[in-house]
Amino acid sequence: MEKLIEKYYRPRLPHIWCPGCGNGIVTSSIIKAIDKLGLDQDKTVIVSGIGCSSRASGYLNFDTVHSLHGRALPVATGIKLADPELNVIVITGDGDGTAIGGNHFIHTARRNINLTVILFNNNIYGMTGGQYSPLTPTDSKATTAPYGTLERAFDIAELAKAAGATYVARGTAFHANMLVDVIAKGISHDGFSLIEAVTQCPIYFGRQNKKGDASAMLKTQRDNAVTVEAAKKLSPEQLEGKFKIGVLHQSEAPEYTKQYQAIIDRAQKGAK
Amino acid sequence: MAIKTIGKHCKGCGVCVTFCPKQVLGLDALGKITVVDETKCITCKQCEMRCPDYAIFVEKK
Amino acid sequence: MAKVLLLQGNQACAEGAIAAGVTFFAGYPITPSTEIAEIMAKRLPEVGGKFIQMEDEIAGIGAIVGASLTGKKVLTATSGPGFSLKQEFIGYATIAEVPIVIANVQRVGPSTGQPTAPAQGDMMQARWGTHGDHPVIALTPASVPECFTLTIKAYELSEKYRMPVLLMLDEIIGHMREKIEIPDYDTIEKPVRKGPRVGPSEFKAYEPDSDGVPPMADFGTGYRYHVTGLVHDETGFPNGSPAATEKLLKRLHEKVERDIDKITMYEEYKLDDAEIAIVTYGGTARSAYAAIDMAREEGIKVGMFRLISVWPFPEKEIAQLAQKVKVIVVPELNYGQMVGEVKKAVEGKVPVKPMSKYDSEPISPKELLEFVKNL
Repeated sequence: MEKLIEKYYRPRLPHIWCPGCGNGIVTSSIIKAIDKLGLDQDKTVIVSGIGCSSRASGYLNFDTVHSLHGRALPVATGIKLADPELNVIVITGDGDGTAIGGNHFIHTARRNINLTVILFNNNIYGMTGGQYSPLTPTDSKATTAPYGTLERAFDIAELAKAAGATYVARGTAFHANMLVDVIAKGISHDGFSLIEAVTQCPIYFGRQNKKGDASAMLKTQRDNAVTVEAAKKLSPEQLEGKFKIGVLHQSEAPEYTKQYQAIIDRAQKGAK
Repeated sequence: MAIKTIGKHCKGCGVCVTFCPKQVLGLDALGKITVVDETKCITCKQCEMRCPDYAIFVEKK
Repeated sequence: MAKVLLLQGNQACAEGAIAAGVTFFAGYPITPSTEIAEIMAKRLPEVGGKFIQMEDEIAGIGAIVGASLTGKKVLTATSGPGFSLKQEFIGYATIAEVPIVIANVQRVGPSTGQPTAPAQGDMMQARWGTHGDHPVIALTPASVPECFTLTIKAYELSEKYRMPVLLMLDEIIGHMREKIEIPDYDTIEKPVRKGPRVGPSEFKAYEPDSDGVPPMADFGTGYRYHVTGLVHDETGFPNGSPAATEKLLKRLHEKVERDIDKITMYEEYKLDDAEIAIVTYGGTARSAYAAIDMAREEGIKVGMFRLISVWPFPEKEIAQLAQKVKVIVVPELNYGQMVGEVKKAVEGKVPVKPMSKYDSEPISPKELLEFVKNL
C-alpha cells in the first residue's frame, strides 16, 4: 500500500477527512482497483463534484477535476465523449450524486456512456455539517431533521439499474478488498457503471444517530451486509434490515461513445 | 514482519486497534497509533486495509 | 472555396464555430437559440466532431467544460432561463480558467417571458450573472456576417485569456437572414491554445506567464494537474489564504484589464461631425443605421458608436465621445442597462438619454428618428 500511496497520491497528505471517516478507505480501494487493472496513469481522469467524498480528486495523482456540486457527471461526459481513449472515473457522494446531481445521474446511466461512478454513501451531508440527504434512512436525525427524517431513502443501486446502468455493484468500507474487486469490474465494464460504496461518517451521521464510533459503524456494515450469493439462500424475513453487496446487476448495451463514432463514420461518408 | 506507522497521518480513530485480531496495536498518550507488541503480528493487514488515514503499513520481511 | 449564402444569424454563428475549429457542442434546446444546436448536431460529425444534447442547460455547459479540458474548442448555445442556469459553470470556467464559448440569443424576460420575441435584457446578467467578482468578455454581433466573424473572434479571445466568452446575440440577429460571404474554412486561422513549455515535472498548472495567463495542458498528455472551483494558488491546489485569494482574483481581472485596448471593438458610423451620438449594439444598431441616414437627410448631425465588445465596457472611448458630442442617446431593448455604463463613463459631461423599449418589439428606425428629433 505504501508504494501505491507514493505512486498514485499527490504529496498532500494527511487528508481533510474527519477521524474515522471511511472516505480514505474507499479512495484507497479505487486506487487499488486502478493499480490492479494497470490503467495508464496519464490516460486516467478523475472527476468529482462537491462534498466530503469529492475532495478525493485533489489527493490523487491523475488529471483531476473538482467540479461543481452535483455536476461531476456532465463534466465527465464531456471529457469522455471528447476523448474516449481516456479512462474516466467519477467520485461523488450521496448528496452530490443523488440530490443536486440526481438528474445528471439518471441521464448519464440512460446514455450508457463508459464512465465508472463510485458513489460514497455516508447517508449525510458531511461538508456542511450533518444535513439529511436522499440516502439518509427514514427517521434519522440530522441537523435539518431534529425531529427525524420523514422521507424515504433512494435505493441508488435500483435507481441506477432502472435508469439504464449496465453495471451496478455495492461494497462497503468494511469489505474493502471486495470493494476493490467490484470497482475493478466496473472500470473494466464497457458502459455506465455505478458502484455504491457504503461508508461511515462517525462525526455527522454517527453521533446524531447514536451509531457509535468508526469501529462500531464498520462492524454494523459487516453485520448488515449480505453478499449477493448468500442473499439468494435467505428468506425476505432473514434479509430484513440487511443490504446486498457484490455485483447487483450487469447487462450489455451499446456504449455511447462507440455509437457516436459510428455516427461520425456515417456522416463523413455522406450517408444520412 | 515490519509495521510502519506514520504519526503525521494518524487521526486516532482506533479502527486498526479494534480490528487487529492479535492486539498488536494501541493508541499512545496523544491518541496516535502505536505498536504494542509486534511479535504477535500475523501480517493479516486488516489494519492497513481499513486505516482511513494511510497511517499504518505492514510488510513481510 | 468561398461561397455566398443566405443565412440566419444563428446559422452563421454555428458555421463560424466550425470555421474556428470547434469540435464539441453540448446543449439543451431553447428558443430562440435552438438552430445553433440543430446545425451543430448535423455539422459536427461531418468534421469529426461531437455533439450531445444533454439533460438540462447546466449539463450542457458542464460537458463543454469537460471537453475543453481535453484540448477541444467547444460551444454551447442558450437563451432566457437557460442563460440563468449556465451562470454556475460560467463562474467555474472563469476561476478554473477553462476556455469556453457561450452563445446567448436574448429573448424577453424575466423567466419564460416571451420566448420568440427579441430583447437585450441579459446585458447585465452577462456582466454580473455569476456570483463573485469576475472579469467578462462579451461580444454583440449586429449582422449575420458579424455572427460568423465574431464567433471566430470569440475563440481567439477565449483561448488567449483562458476564460468564457459570451456571444450576446438577440432574437433579431439570431433569426434574421442576410447575405453572407463565407471564406474557405482552410483559409481561416484557427485560434491556438497556449500549451506548456516545460515537462510535467516542472509544470505548475496555474503559474501565469507575464501576460497573466497560465499555459494550459490538455488532459491525457501526462501533466496530471488539478482543476478546481476553489480558490487556488499557482499549483492549482486549494489555498484559501487571504494572500492567495487576492492574488488569484487580481490576476483574473488584470489579464483582461491590461489588454482592454486589444479586446475593445467598436464601429463609428457618421460620427465625425455628429452632435448627437447614438450608442447601441446588436439588433438595435440595425435600426440606428437607418434612423441616422434619415436624420442626416433632414440635416440632423447624428452618428453611432456601435459597441461590438460590450464587456469589458469601452469606458475610455465613451468618455472621449462625450468630449465631441452634445448629447448621447442609448437605445436598447430593455428597461435601461448599458445606458448606466455610458453614464458612468460620461461622468455628467453631456446628457445621456436612455431610449428603452421593452414591449417585445424591436425599435424601428422611425421611432428612433422621432426620439432624436424630440431631444
